[in-house]
This record gives sequence, structure tokens and C-alpha cells, in this order.
Amino acid sequence: MRLERRTQSSLALLLAAPVIAIVIALALSGGLIALAGVNPLDAYAAMVKGAFGSRLSISETLTRTTPLILTGLAAAVAFRARLWNIGGEGQLYAGALVAAWLGHNMAAGLPTPLAIILIMLAGMLAGALLLLGPVLLRLRLGVDEVVTTLILNFIVLLFVSMMIEGPLKDPLAFGWPQSVPVDSDVMLPKLLSRSRLHIGLIIAILAAFVIWIVQSRTVFGMETKAAGLNTRAASFAGIKLGRTLLGVACISGGMAGLAGAIEVTGLKGYVTLDLSPGYGYSGIVVAMLAALHPVGVVITALFVAIVFVGADAMSRALGVPSFIADVIVSISLLTMLVSLLFTTYRVRR
Amino acid sequence: MEALDIFATASLWSAVLRIATPLIFGTLGALICERAGVLNLGIEGIMTLGAMVAWMTVYQGGNLWMGLLVAALCGGLFGLLHALLTVPLGLSQHVTGLGITLFASSLTYYVYRLSLPVTSSPPTIEPFQPLAIPGLSDIPFFGEAFFTQTAPTYLALFAVLLTAYLLARTPLGLAIRMTGENPHAVEAQGLNPVRIRIGAIVAGSALMALGGAFLTTATFNSFFPTMVQGRGWVCIALVVFASWRPGKALLGALLFALFDAYQLRLQHVIESAIPYQLFLMVPYVLSIVALVVMSRRAKVPQALMAPYRKGER
Amino acid sequence: MNRETVLELAHISKHFGKLIANDDISLTLGKGELLALLGENGAGKTTLMNVLFGHYTADGGQVSAFGEILPPGKPRAAIEAGIGMVHQHFTLAGNLTVLDNVMIGTERLGLLRSGRKQAAAKLRGLSERFGLQVEPYAFVADLSVGEKQRVEILKALYRDARILILDEPTAVLTQIEAEQLFQTLRGMTDTGLSVIFISHKLAEVMAASDRVVILRGGRTVAEKRTSDTNRAELAELMVGRRVVRPVRTDQAPGRNILSAGKVDIVEDGRKLLDGIDFTVRAGEILGIIGVSGNGQAALGQLTCGLRGADTGTLVYDGNQANGFSPRMLVTSGTGRIPEDRNTEGAIAEMAIWENAVLERIHEKRFSAYGFVNRARCRDYATELIDRFDIRGAAPDTRTGLLSGGNMQKMILGRNLAASPKLIIANQPTRGLDEGAIAAVHAELLAARKDGAAILLISEDLDEVLALSDTIQAIFKGRLSAPLSAEDADSRTVGLMMAGIWETSHAA
Repeated sequence: MRLERRTQSSLALLLAAPVIAIVIALALSGGLIALAGVNPLDAYAAMVKGAFGSRLSISETLTRTTPLILTGLAAAVAFRARLWNIGGEGQLYAGALVAAWLGHNMAAGLPTPLAIILIMLAGMLAGALLLLGPVLLRLRLGVDEVVTTLILNFIVLLFVSMMIEGPLKDPLAFGWPQSVPVDSDVMLPKLLSRSRLHIGLIIAILAAFVIWIVQSRTVFGMETKAAGLNTRAASFAGIKLGRTLLGVACISGGMAGLAGAIEVTGLKGYVTLDLSPGYGYSGIVVAMLAALHPVGVVITALFVAIVFVGADAMSRALGVPSFIADVIVSISLLTMLVSLLFTTYRVRR
Repeated sequence: MEALDIFATASLWSAVLRIATPLIFGTLGALICERAGVLNLGIEGIMTLGAMVAWMTVYQGGNLWMGLLVAALCGGLFGLLHALLTVPLGLSQHVTGLGITLFASSLTYYVYRLSLPVTSSPPTIEPFQPLAIPGLSDIPFFGEAFFTQTAPTYLALFAVLLTAYLLARTPLGLAIRMTGENPHAVEAQGLNPVRIRIGAIVAGSALMALGGAFLTTATFNSFFPTMVQGRGWVCIALVVFASWRPGKALLGALLFALFDAYQLRLQHVIESAIPYQLFLMVPYVLSIVALVVMSRRAKVPQALMAPYRKGER
Repeated sequence: MNRETVLELAHISKHFGKLIANDDISLTLGKGELLALLGENGAGKTTLMNVLFGHYTADGGQVSAFGEILPPGKPRAAIEAGIGMVHQHFTLAGNLTVLDNVMIGTERLGLLRSGRKQAAAKLRGLSERFGLQVEPYAFVADLSVGEKQRVEILKALYRDARILILDEPTAVLTQIEAEQLFQTLRGMTDTGLSVIFISHKLAEVMAASDRVVILRGGRTVAEKRTSDTNRAELAELMVGRRVVRPVRTDQAPGRNILSAGKVDIVEDGRKLLDGIDFTVRAGEILGIIGVSGNGQAALGQLTCGLRGADTGTLVYDGNQANGFSPRMLVTSGTGRIPEDRNTEGAIAEMAIWENAVLERIHEKRFSAYGFVNRARCRDYATELIDRFDIRGAAPDTRTGLLSGGNMQKMILGRNLAASPKLIIANQPTRGLDEGAIAAVHAELLAARKDGAAILLISEDLDEVLALSDTIQAIFKGRLSAPLSAEDADSRTVGLMMAGIWETSHAA
């Protein structure tokens, strides 16, 4: 048996791939749920109910979707250009920290919309800058960015810990390590009253569409696609590989940084070390499930959010450890990789 | 005590070997995979898994060596998964490896949580005790520093020798190296590069799991989530630092551990305003520095990360 | 005389997707025979040998060696049956030693210690016996191409091969090295070994083989004793139809378009190009001939704008610089045909329209304010497809689906459509069949007629002799003095390719 390249991969096949991947992942995870003595079907029903059962749970799910769209975009944009940015988690915290600091100190003077825009931009800048280091190391010295971005996650987290126990510590937090709060004037407006859902969701969806247009309609998008597929042919065509990669890094790091800024100004109001339950890493799954398509990311982010919110509720109701959510998500990454392969290859005897 | 006096304490050097042990196992494991041409970013998750299953085996009544064995087997199993996805299917080694890490660690936490109810402090086991080597351990200073270690540490050192010999002096080692350089050359001479790669990944992953297992059976005596703390990623950096050579990998791991052990003690000595987080950053910063320093010098296996498909043109 | 049959291929068929590479091919090889497998690019020669050696599994047919049927798809079985193969693209590991490369796969994997000393001694013995000098402990990366080929042959001999298969063995050799190789091979057949070599070069087939099997379009079309045939007959059998390559007509050159003065390119302390000088004028083809690996890659990169000169200068239509960017070259009217169309010339995963416009996407007609005008890009691609007869293509077809010849037409088309004043053609016909070669030659000659200056970098002597007004040989990064077409014959140029001009210069 061997793999043979398909001459044409149909759209239907491409759309079916994530569905098949998720179904298989749910089936495999079902076995683990059964280990806990719970009928998997009951568990999945409880998850769906937990994610959609009430106005509150729907708003919670959408609130969770927001950062996942952004970290998903961060991974999707980078991976498309073969830039292995695994540092989304660190970039998210960098954006969050900058947003908290600015948001705390910027109440005076500026009109609210301007202040919010400024904070968002600063968050993006922080994330982008954090990624530029590894990208420059790769371009100049050939250092693999996977390891550097991964390790930077740990460094950034320690830095955040240092800040929120030091210069940015909230003196009113009874000794808890948490940052100074964002001024309530620059908090993002709510999207839905009596819920935690904020306009960050709209920003994230807009970002996905903007990136889609940039990728499919602009010269920059075409050049990054070329550079990602074949560096030699791209540079033969006169594309400056370093510059496109830096551009991609700015967008990718920027999206992750924006995720952090939005979490802080939209939801939490301050930074703690549990601001993100691994959104940076889940973003990779979101991106892969969407086959790196920016609009697809919106949908797959919703799926991952459903799994996480649903699993929390299901765990409370049925006693299955909520880690099952991480299991489902990580298995679906692996199954998605395989089903993506079969959109371009077929098995031949 | 002054900052430099720390180097004169036997306990520092004893700690160096202890801290280095998981790194040695992990780096050797990653090195074997990469010598065969496959990057294994599953390492972080496999180490987490190894830590948990070794601990769990002992907690459930198995002995410590049984714990290590079960860890190695489970590590090998996840290695096999990584191998099947990246070698015959030729999937992206980067993304697959991360997927393996996410899968292995989430499964680990799930199983751990499933087996044990939530408690305020994690339950403990009786870990490996230091084993004084007769004769050598009586040497003043050196005895305490280097020859009073737990058994797995000696095992790690032996694994370095074994790996070095295997790669340099045996037909199997040559086959592994050649597969990492040019799998087509291996196939043209009648060997099966796919099987060699799979075998190397399984073996390497088993070693990685032993690194994790050391944490729960020797360094600590309990398991808690996130305990691997990026050690796997440090190992990946160390492989580059070591230019893919087992001897240098040992050196790198020891150097690392020295910095780590030293900063721990330094924190106690200089009670200054320096935040402890800065000390904790040291190993991570060092691994990036190591990557940068070695980036241009090393002879990278030529077929690293290049998928091999038989009969594809 | 009837030789004992050592190898028999019976009814071999093999297809890749829709492409039928081998269609019911049978052949036999006798003991001590030197058999040539002749065919043009794409005739199925390499596929057949890969089936024989077990790299590919055939769809039908069987291989037997010394009377035993070989299990399909198992190189190991082929090796054990005494078959050795020297691939066109060497299967060697540069970071390892010669000895490592020879020993791989020769010992049981379970063995606790590798017998390196004995192996080195055996290797030394073999290299002496067959006159194939190599140092066992040298790193392969440090060897010359000729030495690497020796290692490949020694690998087979070390495993006691009785049948040796060489795929295009002279592609990377100078004429002198090639003659030496055939002498070595003849020495081997005299001791009872049997040899098959794959070739598309008529001269060497006529000179070296005992018998020749001609493949065309995946089928055996003829089998001849070499002594009973001649070049003309082989040519006709190989191509199957009369393909007339276009002929260059006399034409006076115009002004200087591109010249290089004392250009060096240095990498890791090694001079890839060493003080080269050349000038191409409008309406003229300058052919740079040389054996692969003598600096052509660096010359291609220099003239295509991928790297600058470390010392020396280029003058392009009056502008002096040490290098030009691809964008500058394209916008000022340069057509660039890269050495490797698959890795440099086109991006297989992108659509034809994207590849057609990629290098000129910044032009106003294809984009505005950073946004791509897709309609115009597609129109342009359609125009190229019609005008240059690119078969099996629509603007949205994935480029990787094109055949080699059609992909080259696409590359030629996007370069020639704008009537360039300079064309850099680096190995423009490599790997193409006779019909496609003639088409490419016709396009280049038409461009010359329209006044384009053409720098042709090629390893194909016939091509350079047929197209060039002026010829310079490249050897170890140096260029010979220009030789005008009237003074060029294959003997002189063949010697120049081996760097002989240098010694005669010195004398």
C-alpha cells in the first residue's frame, strides 16, 4: 500500500475533512469517558446542553470563542507561511500585560474610543515584537523558531509573574498576585446585557475577514503564499523572503497580542497567571481544524469553545474530569492532520 | 557564604547530576529521533506521561523499577504514534509533535484525575534513594558529589555511553545515521528506512519517558500537572547545542544543570531585591543562547524533517 | 556467439496515475555484456531500472536474475541476487565517510560491533583491482562528482554485484572522465560482469556498448547489435518521428546588452566564479558550455539577480552595478529561465495564473494599491496558454499537473511575451523530449531574430553548438576566451569543457 497524490482535491472533501476528524476524535474520547463510568452519549449531550442550554451558556461559549479566534488566526497566518509560531501563549500574555498597564494609566485625557483603539494597537504591537525576535534569529542565524517561541512562553510567563508581584501589583488585591485593574472607562462595551459577552467577538470576526481578504486578494497575500510553498521559486520571482516573513510575524504575533488585550479589557479587567487556559496552544488546533483558512477559524474556534465550556458543565454534572476537553481537542488535531492528508493523497495498493 | 563559595559545596555538584538526569534521558531520546531524521516535539508530553505512569505504577503497589519500565513502554507507545503519523504518512513533524505533546499531557492529566480524587496535597510514594558506590563514594567531596546518586542517574550515564557506542560502532547505528542523512541511500542498499525511523522514534521516546519518570520517582515523590515545566523543550535545544552527539549532549545537560543548581543556591545567598523569577528564567534564556551559539556550527542531519516516501518522484 | 543469460525482464508494465511509464517491456542481458538502454527523456528507462532494482513495484511482469525470479519491490532481494545500481542522483550521505556509505546495509543490524577495519581493507582491494581510487575515510561531501560516482560503483562491487546498472552515468562527467568510465566498465565485463547503462547520448552508445535496446514512449521499439547499426538509425528509432531542430541563420549582432568584468563569487572561502568576463550583444546567443557543477549555478544566480558579484562588475544596457535584483531585471525587460523549473521556475501548488504573473505582480496591469487584479491576471494567463500552446492547462489549473515540456512552455511564455531585450536561459531543455526541445529552440531563435541578447547556459554540447553565435566554456568557475561558432566543433569544445584551454593558454 502506498500514498498517491490526487490530481484534484474537491471542495467537498476539504469541507468533510474536519467533520470526519472531529467525529473520530469524539468516538475515541468516548472510550475514555466510558472509563469514567459514564455513557459517552450522555456526556456529549450534557456538553451540548452546557454550551447551548441557556442564554447564559450561549454567551459564555461565545465569550470563550473570542480569544480562540484570535490565537487561531495567529497560528493560521503563520503556518501558512511555514512560520512555526508556537509562542501564541506568550504573545497573548504580552498583549494582556501591556493592555493592563495602559488601561490603568490612561483614564485621563483621551476620549474612550481612542483610548480603546490605542490599547488594542499596543497589545498587538507587544505580541508582534515578541515574535520578531525568534523570526530575526531564524532569518539571520537559522535558529529554529519552534523551540525559541516555545521557550519564550515560559520566559514571558515568569516575566508576567514578576510584574504582577512587583511593579504592576494591585495593592488592593489582598496579596493575590494580580495586576492593577484597567480603568472601567476603557473596558470594552458589552455585546449582550447581563452577560460577559463583549464586542471583542465582533473585533475577532472582523479580523478573520480582513485577514482572509489580505490573503486572497492582495499582493502581500500572494507573496506570502508563494514564500510558504516554495522559498526558492519565490525568491527567484523576486519576493523578499525576509520581509514577507517579518510581515507575517507582525500579523501573527499581533493577533495573539490582541487576544490578550481583549481578554483583559473585555473580560477580566486585570492580568493574573491564569488569564489564559492555554489559548495559545488551542489556537494551533483551531487553525489546523480550519485547514488554515481564516474564516474557517471562526467556526473551528466556536467548536473548541463548545468543547471547553461544555466539558466544564458536563464535568460538574457527571463527574468526568474536565481534562476530557483537552483530550478531545488534542485528538482532533491529530485526526485532522490525517484527514487533511487524505484530501491531497489517496491510498493505492 | 559568598556567591563563589557555592561551587565548593559537594551538595551543589550532587544536585547538578540529579537535575541533569531527566535532561540527559530527554536529550538522548530526542537525539536518537533526530539522528534518524525525525524531529520529535512530542517530548514535553511524553515526559509528562512518563512522570505520571511511573508514579502511578509505584503508587498502585509496583516497585520503582517496574515504574520506570511501564513509563518507558508508554513513552514508546506514544513514540510509535508519532512515528506512524510522521514516517509512513509523512505528516508535518512540527505540528504532529505538538499534537502528541498536547494529547499525551491532556491524557495524562485526565487519567490522573480519574484515578485519584482531588486532594489538597498530592499523594506521595517512596522514591529512589541515593546509592553510594562502594569505594568511590568514600572519596572526600567527590564521593558525595558524584558517587552518591540514585540508581537511575547511573543508568542515564550508562545510556550516554551505550548510545554513543551504538551510533558510532554498530551496523544499526550506521543505519540510523544514514537514514537521517539520506534515506534513499539506505533504501538503495536494501534496508528499510521507514522501519529504521519508526524504531528510532520508539526507542527515543522511551528514553524521553524515563526522563519524566525520574522526576516523580527520584527528584520528587509525587505527580502534579505542569511538573515537566518545559524541560522537554530545553532538551530539544540541547540536541542542537550538542551538535547531535551523545557525549556533547551529556556535557550540555550537565552545564545546564550546573546553572540551574547554582541559581537555586544563589537565591538563598544573595537576599537582594532581585525577583526570584529572574533566576527561574535562567535555564530558558540559556537554552535560547545555546541555540544561537551553535546555530551556524553544527552539522545538521541532512534529511532532518524531510519526509520519505518510497517510490515518490 | 550466444552468451549465458544472467538477467531477464519479462513483460514489465508500470504506470503513475494516468501516465504509462513502462508498457510490456521485455529484455535480456548476457554474461559479460555491455548493454545500452537508449531512449529520450520520458521514454521510461529510469522507471524500468527502478522496477528491476525493486524501488518500484511493477503493475505487471517479472524480473529474474541468474534464473531466479526476484520478489517485486525489494531492493534487498535484487542486491542479494547480485544486482548493483548506480543512480543518476547519487544516493550518498555527504556528512558520512566513504566507508560508511559503502558499508551501509552490508552487515546484520543485530551485530554488536561493526567490522570497519576488514571492510576498509576490502574496499581498498576493490578500488585497486578496478582502478577506482578513493580514500575510505574521506567525507563524501569533500569528493568531486567523479569520485562520488566511483563510490557508487564501489558500493555495488563491494556487495559482489555481478550485474551493474548505471543510470545516465556520464551526465555529470567530462568527456575524458566519461571515456575513462567506459574503459573501467569494459574492464569489468571482461572479467565476466554484466553492465546495463542508460543513456540518451548516441555517441557514447555507439562507442561503448555491445548491444542496444531502444525505448520510446514506454515501449521497446527495437533491439540492435551495436555493430549492426549506426547513429542515424538509432536517432530515428529513439525519437520515432523526424523532429527537425530549427537552424540558426546568420545575423549581425547589435549593441552590448550584458557584460561581466572580472567577476568573482566566493562562498565559504571557495571561488564559485573566478574572474569571469563575457559580453552578450543584441541579436546574439552566447553559449556557456560546461559539465555540471563547474559554477553554472552561481553564474545563473548572478545573472538572474539572486546574488551579486563579490568583486568585479556587471554592465546591463549601460547601467553598471555588482548585481541586479530580480524585480529590476524583470521590469527592465529580462527573461529569466531558471535551471530547475520545478523548484525555481514554478510553484507546483499554485495555479497557472499565479505562476504566470508572480514575478511581475507589481506591474500596474496586474495590481493596484496592493490588491491583485485577478481578472487581468487570468486573461494574461489565457493569452500565454493560447500563444505558447501550453497543453492541458486553464488559468486555474494547478501548475504541478503540467508535464515538464508544458511547464517549460509556461515559463518561456511568461518571459518571452514581453519581447525581452535579454534572456538568461539556464539549461532550458534539460529533461525535455525531442519535440519539446525543438519548440524551445525555435522560441529562443525567434527571440534572437527579434533582437534579444541571449545568455544560454547548458551542459548539452549539441544544443550549444546548434544555437550559439559565440561559445565560452566554464570549468572550475573560470570562463574560456570566446570562440566564434565558425571555429567550434565538438572535439575542440569537448576539450575546452575539460579545462584544456587553460594549459594551452599557459603554454
